[in-house]
Amino acid sequence: MKKLVSLILCLLVLTACVSAFAADDNVVYVCNYFDYIDESVLELFEQETGIHVEYINLMDNEALLQEMEISPAAFDVIVPSDYMVERLIARDMVAELDWEKLPNAAQYTLDYLKNPAYDPEGKFSVPYMWGTLGILYNTKMVEGTVDSWADLWDEKYANNVIMMDSLRDAMGIGLKVLGYSMSSTNEEELFAATDKLVEQKQKGIVRAYQLDETKDRMVGGEAALAVVYSGDAWFAIDENPDLAYVVPKEGSNIWVDNMMVPKQAPHYDNALAFIDFMCRPEIARMNCEKIGYSSPNSGAIAGMGEEYAANRVQNPDDETVARCEIYHDIPAEVLKDYNDLYNEVLNAH
Amino acid sequence: MSRFDVSLPWWAWVLMGLGLAAFVAMVAVSILRNRGMKRSLFASPYALWMILFTIVPLVIIVYYALTDSSGNFTWDNLRNFWDSNYIRRMSATSDAARARYAVRGMSNMDPLIYSLWMAFLCTVICLVLAYPTALFMADRKMKRASSLVILFVVPMWMNITLRTYAMRILLVDDGPLITFLRLVGFKDAQLMDTPAAVLIGMVYNFLPFMIFPIYTVLSKMDPALQEAASDLGANPGRSLIKVTMPLSIPGVVSGITMVFMPAVTTFTLNVMLGGSKRLMLGNLIEQTFTKQSNWNMGSAMSLVMMVLILISLTILRKADPNNEGGGL
Repeated sequence: MKKLVSLILCLLVLTACVSAFAADDNVVYVCNYFDYIDESVLELFEQETGIHVEYINLMDNEALLQEMEISPAAFDVIVPSDYMVERLIARDMVAELDWEKLPNAAQYTLDYLKNPAYDPEGKFSVPYMWGTLGILYNTKMVEGTVDSWADLWDEKYANNVIMMDSLRDAMGIGLKVLGYSMSSTNEEELFAATDKLVEQKQKGIVRAYQLDETKDRMVGGEAALAVVYSGDAWFAIDENPDLAYVVPKEGSNIWVDNMMVPKQAPHYDNALAFIDFMCRPEIARMNCEKIGYSSPNSGAIAGMGEEYAANRVQNPDDETVARCEIYHDIPAEVLKDYNDLYNEVLNAH
Repeated sequence: MSRFDVSLPWWAWVLMGLGLAAFVAMVAVSILRNRGMKRSLFASPYALWMILFTIVPLVIIVYYALTDSSGNFTWDNLRNFWDSNYIRRMSATSDAARARYAVRGMSNMDPLIYSLWMAFLCTVICLVLAYPTALFMADRKMKRASSLVILFVVPMWMNITLRTYAMRILLVDDGPLITFLRLVGFKDAQLMDTPAAVLIGMVYNFLPFMIFPIYTVLSKMDPALQEAASDLGANPGRSLIKVTMPLSIPGVVSGITMVFMPAVTTFTLNVMLGGSKRLMLGNLIEQTFTKQSNWNMGSAMSLVMMVLILISLTILRKADPNNEGGGL
């Protein structure tokens, strides 16, 4: 019996140890995507404020949402994309920001990103990075100009097109090439887009569906055309000067990743200090130069001067921005439709 | 509050509590019955591990597979596996949707069949490659057997993702393999983004798991048996077929199990070498959980796969009733 008692005691002690893993107060839990920050920025922040940064990597918006549902108090700063911002606000999972404590964010955020459609009053989100979705092509492997989504359906590029294996972007392209909104919730439009994508696959035009691999494969000259985000395009062009990037004339997606604070964030003030630090022009510039996407920070843009201004991949002109759209969040029921239809595309043969 | 806080549904806590209680009861009963420590008690750390990480997750998977998103009992997830249009057809409100979902949808069954087929091919190729290799390695005249063993083990020290990246360099269009194939006349040769590349990757990754069980059985075999066979007039070929092969069946069975199971569930290879051109069941399950957050459907898929693996293992066990190959 003694042994039994000691065993139970052991278990109790173990449980107590685990639950006593108490929070250290001067920290900030930052959850961001992998490789999506200049890490020396974190050290600068720690040196200046004495707040320790716990940096947590996640794969994508969906993983973030899942993590937040499982443990709502796990993060202080999160970096969701536009449509996820809309969903988090609708589900009441994020805290309002105290703009008094965000002087840099207030001063330097670009005007047209201050009140975006996903957060109309700008109460919950501060833009971190933005960019476009477009076509990266190898000038030595294409004939004529590439300026349209329809080029991805051109049979002269058979087995030479890398599509993007990402639900919203893939379906969005199918919708856009038919002239519909990339956030369509119309059943018949979605069916038509699916059939269009299946047709592209069955005609043998698609070489592969990839996400992270695309950049490297385009640098290696493995395909003529690929759908990529502007930041990846910039890196690829840097390594292989034969590559060029275009935002198709039909219009495309502009995405914005935003810094937000979860409703149950344990260190609200530290979170705001972190967000505002990231909005300092020189810090925003360091991040922008490391990541290669477009900066929403006018101070950073001014500091980068003419080279950045002339770079149309990172800094698209107003006319390009005007023909692009930001994704709207898709209601859960329709999103299931998106999933099932996209599975049909991936399973087609 | 810390980031280690976990909020699980109440029934998950109940399940885990029950598991813990069962464990404590087991230990108590075993102590009371035997008046003291018994050898079976040595297994208790593993028993606790098994309850926490095998039984409880299994119960949770079955629970999710048989409920809908609001927790009500339903067969729909399993029905939807057989016919991926089932749920859509039931909830269709427009003529367009009714027309589209009228026939049986294959986007769940196809990946399953494809995965089983690829795993079958992989197992057969591994067996054909591994048996002669194992024979060769087990040959007592072979002085270098141990260095050969090392050669097969070394690649396994590497992470599977790294290994597969290395593989890509061999398989790309301007890589050595394709360049050679094009030189000898196959102008349209392509390996990257084809099922063949996935198969090559699978065989590369899983071959050692076929070689070692066979090698172990063969090297433990009493050489007197072959000597007896040749004394009785059997030529080497006949003694191989009549003596060595039947006696090595346990190793073969164990090898088949160890290759087939990971092969059915593989999914990274399909993305990295196959360009995701066909869905495999592993991809589908991973997507359903992570991208779609549909734990119910994902659990139903995992359940179907587990049942299929269980059936194939039971059939395989018949070939090795005494479990001599040390298989699972």
